[in-house]
Amino acid sequence: MTAPTQHPEKSSDDQDSELITVEGLIKHFPIRAGIFRRQVGAVQAVDGVNFSVKRGETFSIVGESGCGKSTTARLLTRLLEPTDGKIIFEGRDISHLKDGAMRPLRRDVQMIFQDPYSSLNPRHTVGKIVGAPFRIQGVDPPGGVKKAVQDLLAGVGLNPEHYNRYPHEFSGGQRQRIGIARTLALRPRLIVADEPVSALDVSIQAQIINLLEDLQEEFDLTYVIIAHDLSVVRYVSDRVAVMYLGKIVELADREPLYTAPMHPYTVALMSAVPVPDTRRRQERERILLSGDVPSPISPPPACRFHTRCWKAQEICRTQEPPLVELLPRHRVACHFPENLPDAAAQATAADGELR
Amino acid sequence: MTTSALRDLVTRHPGRLDKQPFLEVVDLHVQFPTDDGLVKAVDGLSFALDRGRTLGIVGESGSGKSVTSLAIMGLHTRPASEQTRPGAQLSGEIYLDGEELLGKTPEYVRSLRGKRMAMIFQDPLSAMNPYYTIGHQIIEAYRIHNPVNKKVARKHAIDMLGRVGIPEPSRRVDAYPHQFSGGMRQRAMIAMALSCDPDLLMADEPTTALDVTVQAQILDLIRDLQREFNSSVVLITHDLGVVAELADDVLVMYAGRAMEYGSADQLFNRPAHPYTWGLLGSMPRFDRTRERLLAIKGTPPSLINVPSGCPFHPRCEYAARNEGLSAEVRPELIPVEPGHTVACHLSETDREQIWEHEIAPRL
Repeated sequence: MTAPTQHPEKSSDDQDSELITVEGLIKHFPIRAGIFRRQVGAVQAVDGVNFSVKRGETFSIVGESGCGKSTTARLLTRLLEPTDGKIIFEGRDISHLKDGAMRPLRRDVQMIFQDPYSSLNPRHTVGKIVGAPFRIQGVDPPGGVKKAVQDLLAGVGLNPEHYNRYPHEFSGGQRQRIGIARTLALRPRLIVADEPVSALDVSIQAQIINLLEDLQEEFDLTYVIIAHDLSVVRYVSDRVAVMYLGKIVELADREPLYTAPMHPYTVALMSAVPVPDTRRRQERERILLSGDVPSPISPPPACRFHTRCWKAQEICRTQEPPLVELLPRHRVACHFPENLPDAAAQATAADGELR
Repeated sequence: MTTSALRDLVTRHPGRLDKQPFLEVVDLHVQFPTDDGLVKAVDGLSFALDRGRTLGIVGESGSGKSVTSLAIMGLHTRPASEQTRPGAQLSGEIYLDGEELLGKTPEYVRSLRGKRMAMIFQDPLSAMNPYYTIGHQIIEAYRIHNPVNKKVARKHAIDMLGRVGIPEPSRRVDAYPHQFSGGMRQRAMIAMALSCDPDLLMADEPTTALDVTVQAQILDLIRDLQREFNSSVVLITHDLGVVAELADDVLVMYAGRAMEYGSADQLFNRPAHPYTWGLLGSMPRFDRTRERLLAIKGTPPSLINVPSGCPFHPRCEYAARNEGLSAEVRPELIPVEPGHTVACHLSETDREQIWEHEIAPRL
């Protein structure tokens, strides 16, 4: 029997359609102490992550605080430099490009931030904020910068006449629209959005989600969305990766992930989401995880979830489960996955014996 | 809602006929004078809550839900005090077990806090004193209301920490707030709030800052403890999922007013107010894949210039159906079925038609 490949993405997905691919991505933040600032340890924020995002899709990364999802977003946009591993954008390795070499690429890769209050310069007018990408990249849009900015403002549902106003004159939802307009200025191919709606009220959140959806269609955008809200992720995503302590534990298309999650952590995470349906209050079975997420400074060995997993056996403490494709387009890193169809269950059991 | 409408509601609610509700808020107004004008944070709010029940107050930022909770707890700075800030102007009546609170002195209301009513805040780190141990803070609250020595109080604190699921409580009682994780701190604060066995527990966004798995633990904890102590709980949140999990009754607030009130079952399965429809329509669903979200257009109003008539009318898709009534006349809460009231000018047939044909199929 052949061992499952470590990069099954390539086996089942069309390689040509990949926009960005990460291989073995690692980011460790050093912890220094003492007068010589010697490194005494490292926060293993992202620790060996593989995935690729296809053109035109919405790929989401979910997980709880400290799982490394935001660090992954910052690595993708190269706001951080990876400790190890590769980031390949349109066939080009951008893992260690210097700032100057990255700049032309910033046209193609843009980021939307969580907090619309701190991501806009309070001393700049909206016109200056949204026009900044043109100036920085030396782009002269047809009809001039002002017209381009006003078109962008109209495109995200803002009044183009607000060109000369300052960010404080806008509400949270409007500010998020300003941030989105700036992101769109140079017609990027990839937008990485880190918690784009979590700071917004419910009614405004829906407006922004609908806007992102319309813009994706209009400009043929690819999204990587980082979020902790599993309901939002279900609504927006084509594919979803679940992270726990710096690793992807499950990666699948939206429907199978939500209807038949396989990793015990995903199962527990999903069972914890409150559902706005009073009729189902009784029938849902909730899996309560004991304890807290361990520290990413000294994560548990082998399977990182074994300290909180109700299915953990000896093998989980000694051998790290690889992220393998247990079902077509459904990758799981677990020795004892849930919701496994019988045939596949036998295959993994046999596989486990071989190992 | 006027007092008479409230009486109406009370009499229509089965089981409330012969007893007075445990907590009753009547025509509450909370206003803050500012340089820009008078902020009407709560504008004529009335509701009632029975012993042992949980009321969910839902609304977006600025709807007045937190201001209401602070008013009940007596935590607003009153203009009468010698503060330099003008503080809040309160009017109306708040009855706790038949006793009116707004007319009482701050000292008296303070003596009720902890024992009769307690509060869980959203951010435990700012609700605790970083200089004192967790145990010290629980013991302090307990000894104010109970004439016991330190040793007994300490034992009680350890007991409470154990009850809320903190491991090794006899060791952790001497820990400082910063030594706890977010979820543990929230538990410690719940232990503190429950240490004197309060009759009324106010929880203002108790799980908003927490991860979903920790949130589930905390919600279970609140539910279990409520059953054990038979407390009344007011749960303030923007998360309709949390409300559906925990609340018996739900109050939907907008611009400082009640838009709709009813049992959780009524609110989620037969909502009657266009704003409630908008909230439900705006919400991505965890349990199913939805077609396009039904967003509410526009933004919440300024509380200095609250729109005339129904405050929601500028954002309401259906305001035009009643010939300008919504823009001119403030709708009172009227009953649509027993225990379910709504402040809306839509006619009953319109409302049922819209819900059934336009909203429900698209949720």
